[in-house]
Amino acid sequence: MSMLHTVNKSPFERNTLESCIGLAVPGSAILLMEDGVIGAMANTKHSEMVKAAMANVKIYVLGPDLKARGLSEGNVVDGISVVGYGDFVDLTAEHAAVQSWL
Amino acid sequence: MKYGILVNEGPYTHQASDSALAFTKAALEKGHEIFRVFFYHDGVNNGTSLAIPPQDDRHIPNQWSELAKEHNIDLVLCVAAAQRRGLLDESEAKRNSKAASNMIEGFRISGLGQLIEAGIQGDRMVVFGD
Amino acid sequence: MEDGDQIIKKFMYMNRKAPYGTIYAWESLEVVLIAAAFDQDISLVFADDGVYQLMDGQNTEEVGMKNFSKTYSALGDYDIKKIYIEQESLEERGLSLGDLQDLKYEDEDDDWAEKDSIILISRAELAKVIDEQDVVFSF
Repeated sequence: MSMLHTVNKSPFERNTLESCIGLAVPGSAILLMEDGVIGAMANTKHSEMVKAAMANVKIYVLGPDLKARGLSEGNVVDGISVVGYGDFVDLTAEHAAVQSWL
Repeated sequence: MKYGILVNEGPYTHQASDSALAFTKAALEKGHEIFRVFFYHDGVNNGTSLAIPPQDDRHIPNQWSELAKEHNIDLVLCVAAAQRRGLLDESEAKRNSKAASNMIEGFRISGLGQLIEAGIQGDRMVVFGD
Repeated sequence: MEDGDQIIKKFMYMNRKAPYGTIYAWESLEVVLIAAAFDQDISLVFADDGVYQLMDGQNTEEVGMKNFSKTYSALGDYDIKKIYIEQESLEERGLSLGDLQDLKYEDEDDDWAEKDSIILISRAELAKVIDEQDVVFSF
């Protein structure tokens, strides 16, 4: 079982998502939450980095945080799964450990 | 599954407390056990009894307090972090000759060892912070 | 992992923030010092701006804050001997190990010989070490 990483910073504000992608081994998962959901959006300066990462890691985005910010599920990068808090819990249980990238 | 939760930010300034509450509630709904929620850094401010948010805003310390009562969850404020930031239970207030205590019901104050213990005893540790 | 009835887990403390601008570095160190008493398998990581926590020659007199950088050199006495520094983070910042404190521990299995606690590690290798952990605290 691999690790679940959570990222809660916008890639426009901090390098957290970039660091996480650089240190997540293939087969692990990344959940974008809080301001981190901005990293899930398509057609941004950072979308290509996210798409490239998806060759190795599975990426999820927290739906309630998208909605709160008026961001449409339809505008997230193709292949990113939109999940709720219950799914967040399931993801932590399915992976061996959780690293929160603070 | 048995969870340890760490909250590193105070309520309102950062979403961490809201996310941690939502996660904790979702985990309980799924039948998981919350072994302990530990509050560190400014996270100790989640345990204040003196917050008076406006009527139309959520009351985060009360939400923790009610959750603890309802599900018998162990909510622990780090003593060193709490003392730095002026969060005191009755015995800490008395011991340090302070006029009042300001910790809401449902929390307790203890040492950092409680965080490490949650890491050892729990199946998963999930951290919420800035 | 169980060693008799004692559970031994891999605990990693991930430090990615510079000191003094926020309290995270200092309070993270306080957690590590307490954690050392629990006989777990502890690793510290300094990556991104976290590498600045170990800069040699910190002087906080004029900012009026406690200089806690000296405490890192005590980690060896607490039996903490795996301190990973991400090489790319150093290079990106124009730093080398020579800019950082020299951290040592005494190896009880080798006649108390003094050894380096600092392990310079590439991003790719560090990724593997992170993936082996049971509990990761990031501050």
